[in-house]
Amino acid sequence: MNSLLRRFTFVRHGLFFLGLAVVLLILTSFVFDSYTNYNVTEVAIFAISAAGLTVLTGINGQVSLGHGALMMIGAYTTSVLLTWHPDLPLVLMLIASIVSTGIAGAIVGIAGARLRGPYLAGATLALAVALPQVPSHFASVFGGNQGLSVSPPTPPAFLGTSFAPEQWLAWITLAAAVITFFVLANLVRSATGRRFRMVRDNEVAARLSGIDVARTQVLAFVVSAACAGLAGSLFAYWVTVTSPSGFTLNLSLSLLTAIVIGGLGSLSGAVLGSFIVVYLPVWTGGFASSLNLSSNIANNVPLAIYGVVLIVAILVFPRGVAGGVASIVHGVRRAAGSNRRAGVLPAAPQAPAQ
Amino acid sequence: MRLFVIYTVDGITNGMVYAAVALALVMIWRATRIINYAQGAMAMFTTYIALVVIRHGAPYWLGFLVALATGLVLGAVTERLLVRPVESRPPLNAVILSLGVLILLEAVAPMLFGGQTQSFPVPVSNIDFVVGTTSLPVSPFAVFTVGAVLIAMLLLFLVFQRTTLGLRMRAAAFNPEIARILGIRVGRMLTLGWGLAALLGALAGMLAAPAVYLYPSNMDEVLVFGFTGAIIGGLESPVGAVTGAVGVGLALSYVSGYIGADLAPLGGFVILILVLMLRPQGLFSFGRQRQV
Repeated sequence: MNSLLRRFTFVRHGLFFLGLAVVLLILTSFVFDSYTNYNVTEVAIFAISAAGLTVLTGINGQVSLGHGALMMIGAYTTSVLLTWHPDLPLVLMLIASIVSTGIAGAIVGIAGARLRGPYLAGATLALAVALPQVPSHFASVFGGNQGLSVSPPTPPAFLGTSFAPEQWLAWITLAAAVITFFVLANLVRSATGRRFRMVRDNEVAARLSGIDVARTQVLAFVVSAACAGLAGSLFAYWVTVTSPSGFTLNLSLSLLTAIVIGGLGSLSGAVLGSFIVVYLPVWTGGFASSLNLSSNIANNVPLAIYGVVLIVAILVFPRGVAGGVASIVHGVRRAAGSNRRAGVLPAAPQAPAQ
Repeated sequence: MRLFVIYTVDGITNGMVYAAVALALVMIWRATRIINYAQGAMAMFTTYIALVVIRHGAPYWLGFLVALATGLVLGAVTERLLVRPVESRPPLNAVILSLGVLILLEAVAPMLFGGQTQSFPVPVSNIDFVVGTTSLPVSPFAVFTVGAVLIAMLLLFLVFQRTTLGLRMRAAAFNPEIARILGIRVGRMLTLGWGLAALLGALAGMLAAPAVYLYPSNMDEVLVFGFTGAIIGGLESPVGAVTGAVGVGLALSYVSGYIGADLAPLGGFVILILVLMLRPQGLFSFGRQRQV
């Protein structure tokens, strides 16, 4: 059994994510109240999008400052379709958003495949600023600045009439998140995932070993955008109003923040980072309002702490919180080990700094 | 035709403000290989300080000088305290760091100065010149804007090309190791470079504020358009940055005039993509990449 698990990543991941799904089902049904479920849904939405960005930026090395704009495409796909045909099932909405955003991702990816470093960052930044202006101009389709309202999904009848809609949305979102992470975890470990990393680490070597660099980069963009589209669609159901003000530059920046704080390139880091990014304003907001500050100050305390955390995290934990914890554990272990083995073995070679 | 002239003049005036931001970004990029995403937020902050000075009864010009001076200090302090430790780390760390500074400044500004949108004074009238009975499409403030940015650029050019200090700064940016061997205090040069760039940014903030008003994120779009201009120009070339930024200003002015003001940012994005499709390194960059 043990060797089977070690050999077949697919089986191992399948069992792990199945277990995770059961735990989440129990937590959302019996442990969390509806406010916690509401916040957990936000964490899951964020994590789906951040996981996509992890594949693009962390694994494939392409920086996107415009992922909020891709989420916006997903959210508007769902909202516009729902305005036209309110009876279409939710699964169809999610798939339609994934497809439309994936296509948008392919276009951005093809345009971006020749761009490196700040050039790609600048192009995606311009996208993040430009796209939210489109709904205001084409108000007849997109509802202008007021946006389009989206009714939250109603729980199916067999769950009973008193079943909370927050809990139903939490179930849907967490299921989507578990499936997304299962797919991505396998993708990252596959040959495609190795190609993604090789293009990131050494483009020349990748090209010399027969990898089509441009195609790999476009594929990473499509995968990443598909995740953003799924997250955007769920976001529309969660907020219940899809308007340009929901997709400011801050959304794109906080996605990038999440994957960096969590530890760049790791999917579990994306979850951790999403948790921090969602809960930090919740906690600091509660703290600030308990101090009876004026509204100008209280409203901005979460944002200020957020900025400080970003700066401190980068200065103190350059490999993210997950990496920081790992290096502390490593340091303690090495200190303990070197005491025991002093004078017996030469010191282990230092891992090269990233 | 008259409309075309008006849009052109507007485009050049706005383009010069973007050019100041673009030039600041290019200065920092050339010296430290970092894009300072907090450039706009720093300019917003110094403009608020100028407004406080002016509201206390000081003349506009004192506020103007105070803004430039705080810009210089803010840029230098940011480089010395925050940027220095991440300069040798992976590039994404510096990106996140400057985004952190951006978020922090945009949060602290409403705490100190209030969050509501405020109007900002002009030193000279911003009503168009009138000759006889016809009004020209140019206001004294537009002339001041273009003139101030041109003078700042000229001064920077003279400092970099004609003084020993400028030579040292160029050496430190071009090859830090050799510069250090030659006895140049590279760290100090970088600090000064960031300070000068932030001073230029502060100038852009003062010139943009009367039109875009003053609120914590008022410079976000200006930064993006300046960055777009700098990228179109190729990031390495000051001349390219100014040309690119003025081009962006013109394009945005035409798009918002003839099609719709909402679509101006989208127009900027489309132009950026078109230029980069043809020349991924920008228009004025001639460096060769390592290729198979």
